[in-house]
Amino acid sequence: MDAVIVNHLRKVYQDKTAVDDVSFAVKKGELFGLIGPDGAGKTSIFRMLTTLLLPDAGSATVDGYDVVKDYKAIRNLAGYMPGKFSLYQDLTVEENINFFATVFKTTVAKNYDLIKDIYIQIAPFKKRRAGKLSGGMKQKLALCCALIHRPSVLFLDEPTTGVDPVSRKEFWEMLRKLKEQEITIIVSTPYMDEADLCDRIALIQDGKILSIDTPNAVVAAFPDKLYAVKADQMHRLLKALQASPLVKDSYAFGEYAHVTFEGDLEQELAKQGLTGIELQTTPVTIEDCFIKLLKEKQ
Amino acid sequence: MLPAWMKSFTHWPAVQNVVNDMKQLYIFIRKEFAHVLRDRKTLLILFGLPVVQILIFGFALTNEVRNAKIVIYDQAQDVASQQLISKIEASRYFDIAYAVMDRAGIEAAFKKGDIRLAVIFPQGFNNDLLHTHHAQIQVVADAADPNTATTLTSYITSIIQDYTAAQEPYQITPQIRFLYNPQLKGAPNFVPGVMSLVLMLVCVMMTAVSIVREKETGTMEVLLVSPFSPLMVIISKAIPYLLLSLINVTTILLLSTFVLKLPINGSIPLLFAESTLFIITCLTLGIFISVKTNSQQVAMLISLMGMMLPTILFSGFMFPVENMPLPLQLISNIVPSKWYYNIVKAIMIKGLGFSAIWKETLILVGITVILLFVSFKSFKIRLS
Repeated sequence: MDAVIVNHLRKVYQDKTAVDDVSFAVKKGELFGLIGPDGAGKTSIFRMLTTLLLPDAGSATVDGYDVVKDYKAIRNLAGYMPGKFSLYQDLTVEENINFFATVFKTTVAKNYDLIKDIYIQIAPFKKRRAGKLSGGMKQKLALCCALIHRPSVLFLDEPTTGVDPVSRKEFWEMLRKLKEQEITIIVSTPYMDEADLCDRIALIQDGKILSIDTPNAVVAAFPDKLYAVKADQMHRLLKALQASPLVKDSYAFGEYAHVTFEGDLEQELAKQGLTGIELQTTPVTIEDCFIKLLKEKQ
Repeated sequence: MLPAWMKSFTHWPAVQNVVNDMKQLYIFIRKEFAHVLRDRKTLLILFGLPVVQILIFGFALTNEVRNAKIVIYDQAQDVASQQLISKIEASRYFDIAYAVMDRAGIEAAFKKGDIRLAVIFPQGFNNDLLHTHHAQIQVVADAADPNTATTLTSYITSIIQDYTAAQEPYQITPQIRFLYNPQLKGAPNFVPGVMSLVLMLVCVMMTAVSIVREKETGTMEVLLVSPFSPLMVIISKAIPYLLLSLINVTTILLLSTFVLKLPINGSIPLLFAESTLFIITCLTLGIFISVKTNSQQVAMLISLMGMMLPTILFSGFMFPVENMPLPLQLISNIVPSKWYYNIVKAIMIKGLGFSAIWKETLILVGITVILLFVSFKSFKIRLS
């Protein structure tokens, strides 16, 4: 049985459709990523799955329980970490954990093995107020609090937004470890580079799902050979790429331009007087796929 | 079949549930206390406000009046009257402006507005004392300012009592007349007023803000996605503020008794019982506001504008309700603090018992029940 099933879910705010006919299923014990930019509808999906919002159409189940009818059951078994840091800033680390343990009718001691790896890292600060922790520490504390009752499904809404790269990496390592505990994890992120760390991902934009697959399959579905190109005159290069009849698609990507084309592009660019041209193949990333899917949709 | 005594064990899970619920409630309440006690600003509002208000109202409005100008019309001109006059003169409260020779002179002095009080000794004052052991003094006060008038007449009375105490078995009865406002209407009986104001502010604003704060910071989201029932969130929010408000009531009563020397004439347990009822009314109001708003600022604004203003305007604390146009008088009836103000006034100042205030109590209970019903009805188990 799938841990989470989403069926044609829709959420409309006044005149804006935040979630538009979204369907997906998450297997038990899977680490599932909802990847998309801000405003794509990720948070609305999370809130409907965690029984905080009523869907306008469609249905969803978590561990077999309906998100509307059986909201009480879901509130017992789900762990939820909202996008914003949502612990008590004026309580200490220890007090926060104890509070949430009691609210979830359990004790820290009972599920200590589950949070041990994470808790050890914040333990030196356990007497410190949550508001005085660094961003990475806050996220670890929030994860501890969300895990304290051994949820069967864990919802993490943009857990790494606003967290430094080192802490982000550590956070994902922790998620991989949690997978071993057979906890289903649904995580959302605007960072495309984090998509590779999920078992399966759904790319989402404007409330619609563009693609659902494993990160590898999403990348493999990219039909063309991708090149990265660089020149001394980057601005002129981008303009030239857009104007060239050889080029299928091009866009700026970091210090390079990513481009797909047919024919001898390097020669044509040289003809236009561009100097220092570097052209090489580059591995396709999730972000390239996302950009391609977006352009196709439009 | 289980023997009867073992059957009781089948109830264990239920007992376990209750124990769990109590534990949740306990840790939640402890958390609320931590929020209050760790936030200096909240603490200051919570405990500073009543003290400041009672002192400001107490000293600014009804501080003892010193060196009040008075006139004396001594028709007796005998030993006793002279003794008493010199006693009055010696008191730091009074300044004898001048002596007048007739009643018209008193009236003129009052009309000029430069005196507060007139003391009139009847003819044969000493004679009366010596022969009947009983004499009268007339005290006329300008009650346009009712506070000063009552304060001054009570000073005079105590000076006279002081004098007669040394002159057993003679008795002097001061006959007090209030000019211009004989019933002393609108006298800011400020302690009951401050009590309704402070409780209204603390309970309504603090509960509303503390619940809305959880919505604003997102902790409500986490709490909702937990087995903790939303109703329990509300109850555990209300209990700390109920306790803290009772501390406030005690502070105000202690201050008014010992600093402002305003004795509590009625039953103290009754006063606390009625205060608890009013606190619950205010808490439900706060909960209602918190259900309807999503930001701390809005909650605070509604609490201030929607609760404090009506309390000041319609409770009769500052402006007598009887003088208002009928529509406003009708509106004043739905302001809970009006009823509480009347209850406290009846108990504290008039020393009346429950039989005198059952009607007000019933109305307060009614308002509370309606508010409870409405706010539980509109309470949301989800976001928005």
